[in-house]
Amino acid sequence: MSSYLLKRVMVLIPVLIGMTIIVFSIIHAIPGDPAETILGQKATEQSKQALREQLGLDKPWISQYFDYMGDLLKGDLGTSIRTKTPIAKEIMPYLAATLELTAAAMLFATFVGVNAGILSAWKQNSWFDYTAMIIALIGVSMPIFWLGLMEQLVFALKLHWLPSIGRMNQRDPVESITNLYVIDSILAGRWDQLWTVIKHLILPSIALGTIPMAIIARMTRSSMLEVMNSDYIRTAKAKGLSQFLVVYKHALKNSLIPVLTVVGLQTGALLGGAVLTETIFAWPGVGRYIFEAISSRDYPVIQSGILIIAFIFVIINLLVDLLYATIDPRIQYK
Amino acid sequence: MKKWGSLALTLTLGAGLVLSGCGGGNNASSNNGAATSSPASTATAGASTQDTLVVGRGGDSASLDPAIITDGESLKIDHQVFDSLLEYKPGTSEVQPSLADSWEVSTDSLTYTFKLHPGVKFHDGTDFNAEAVVFNFQRWSDPKSEYKFEGDSFDYYDSMFGPDGSRVIKDVKAVDDLTVQFTLNQPQAPFLQNLAMTSFGIASPTAIKEKKENFKNEPVGTGPFVFKEWKHNDSITLEKNASYWKEGLPKLNKVIVRSIPDNSARFNALQNGEIDLMEDLSPDDLSTLEGNSELQKIERPPFNVAYLGFNFKKKPFDNVKVRQALNYAVNKQAIIDAFFAGQAQPAVNPMPPSLWGYNDQVKDYEYDLDKAKQLLAEAGYPNGLPDTVTLYAMPVSRPYMPDGKKVAEAIQADWEKIGVKTVIESPEWATYLDDTKAGEKDDIYMLGWTGDNGDPDNFIYTLLDKDSIPGNNRNFYVNEDLHKILVAAQKETDQNKRADLYKQAQVIIKEDAPWIPLVHTTPLLAAKANLKGFVPSPTGTEYYSEVYFE
Repeated sequence: MSSYLLKRVMVLIPVLIGMTIIVFSIIHAIPGDPAETILGQKATEQSKQALREQLGLDKPWISQYFDYMGDLLKGDLGTSIRTKTPIAKEIMPYLAATLELTAAAMLFATFVGVNAGILSAWKQNSWFDYTAMIIALIGVSMPIFWLGLMEQLVFALKLHWLPSIGRMNQRDPVESITNLYVIDSILAGRWDQLWTVIKHLILPSIALGTIPMAIIARMTRSSMLEVMNSDYIRTAKAKGLSQFLVVYKHALKNSLIPVLTVVGLQTGALLGGAVLTETIFAWPGVGRYIFEAISSRDYPVIQSGILIIAFIFVIINLLVDLLYATIDPRIQYK
Repeated sequence: MKKWGSLALTLTLGAGLVLSGCGGGNNASSNNGAATSSPASTATAGASTQDTLVVGRGGDSASLDPAIITDGESLKIDHQVFDSLLEYKPGTSEVQPSLADSWEVSTDSLTYTFKLHPGVKFHDGTDFNAEAVVFNFQRWSDPKSEYKFEGDSFDYYDSMFGPDGSRVIKDVKAVDDLTVQFTLNQPQAPFLQNLAMTSFGIASPTAIKEKKENFKNEPVGTGPFVFKEWKHNDSITLEKNASYWKEGLPKLNKVIVRSIPDNSARFNALQNGEIDLMEDLSPDDLSTLEGNSELQKIERPPFNVAYLGFNFKKKPFDNVKVRQALNYAVNKQAIIDAFFAGQAQPAVNPMPPSLWGYNDQVKDYEYDLDKAKQLLAEAGYPNGLPDTVTLYAMPVSRPYMPDGKKVAEAIQADWEKIGVKTVIESPEWATYLDDTKAGEKDDIYMLGWTGDNGDPDNFIYTLLDKDSIPGNNRNFYVNEDLHKILVAAQKETDQNKRADLYKQAQVIIKEDAPWIPLVHTTPLLAAKANLKGFVPSPTGTEYYSEVYFE
């Protein structure tokens, strides 16, 4: 298994290099002048030209690429053109914010999705099954933007149950240590703040988690149905085991492999794709960080931001692959 | 291993159960919880005890060093942290003393001597004095200054006082501790007006020397609020400057400025009590606001212009009759009623009526389709234009134009009636600015401008003079007579004479019709009803120092 791990990690290197080449060529193909967008309509031509020279934007992109890779090998992720701050320093709070949101969204998606899928399969063709699958269908096609604003309207404005934006109550801010506010408020022993932070997480994580939840529900249902029709389940039933035990003990584990794949892929997708949720809920995450970098043609941030996301994505995939074996020992690594 | 795997899964699912249990089950009881934490520290703090202001705005600052930035969002914060030598009287663009108590101008308008306010200290405890002023101006004007850090450029300095090689300011020297003298290379009419800009806020020399590059993240000035913390894309926290030199100010203890990009979400947050003041209210939300007695509407004085510009590089838009014809075919009032909730006035000239030098004798091209057809015929197009016109409509919302595409569609329909077919294009913002600046793809483009400093030069010269090509003159409009007038106006120091020159300029521009001036909008803000003392500024940057809660 350790040789398998080593092999997988070695494969990462060409993947990430390929990634940088693709991202680099695409962003340099987009029209739009960084100097113009960064300095704004009101800057003089002279200072725009000076900025271009300073950033090496007047050089051919091939040589810009090698400059960038050279820095990267030295561990330098570059400096944001817009804020003029080193990216490695700047990106951490954004990553932490997205990580917290993604984790909450996936907890919600996995918990609700898996259970809804199981129940649907268990009570196949019942009213619950139909309702759940219709909700799943709507969930998959739900525009996040609309869902987010509706949540705010109902749960924040009408009912006043939950806050509508941000990560915490700004009037009583959480001291940031790890930038994961759930953990920070536990470290500080501030249970009231923990509760506030969790409340801030609920609406955005439902908005973000709805699509994966629906996908997971449908995947679990079909995978469960397949397993439920297999011989060993029939045997288990024949032995007189209770429905609950059959479903949750015997069937669930074997139907989890495809579900786990979906969970892994969706987590990766959420990491980079949370832009809309982060915008509506004013969540200072990495999606918005990169999105704003794209609008201002902040090349170094786009490159390094996407590279980091890609890196996390492949790591998650690796973890999912490793988890397979713990669920199903028949899967072997070579 | 196998057991551990299942255990981990069970735990994950279990944690999910707990978490969603909290979310679902406790909702009813959390009603009170929410009230004590976020939404209504306002409600509990209620009567005049609230001393923290939470502002919601659309974007984050790019940097906090006022000298190196040009974006409005950054200026808003710097306005609280820094004082300039002069400032604008709240709510106007009229200059009044700030760090400089008084000044004298020599008869040739080349020497300005300022008396500085005594006893002022920077937030780091060091003294504000003439040396500090000299240090700042040297930093901005010397391209080789060791305090010009990597990536920095002092754009507003270059733009207001001329780029290196043609500087307006020749020399700044400290006469004594509290007297500073500026010598100019040539007279500059809006000199005092320019000095009052936030960009020329005086920074602590000690802090710049110590913090170096990091100064842009930890600004130190003499302003009413002290910078505390910046969580990027999230919030900026400012605290009261307890030893502020202006008696009794600031009235607030703390200001938190949050970035909430989506307009509707920002309005939701205001209604939910999470913020006390919001910028850029969408006109669509106006009726909801007016129906809520806990909120108030704040109108910023119109100090902007939205317009359509004709690309002179493209035929037939180099033909003045065609441009005038299209001017006659735009129904501005209908557009204002439909898309601005009435919060705008039709624009006649390229600058707003509130600005001195505005020519109210200039008559607009009225909405008259017959007249438009007639002019097109005179230009040689009796059946309308043969080719489809590419109309660039803004993809982003701006204070002067909340929804460019909808407005473009209305104009498209009007022009259709006189035989001008248009296709609307709305590329992403950076591309949009690039394309219009190059002038190869667009025939007509939509854009706008908000004034920086209360001088007509900042509108007319910046946007329509031949010197502004390439750049903000995306029309490629060149008129030598106009150029002469605008340059003369820059050198004239008598404001009445300058006003006359700008009035002449507006007549020429109306006749040439390089633009269709569309609207001057009244940008809207919204706040808690008990927020007082907020005076909206035409330039878009207000002091929070006078704000308090009743």
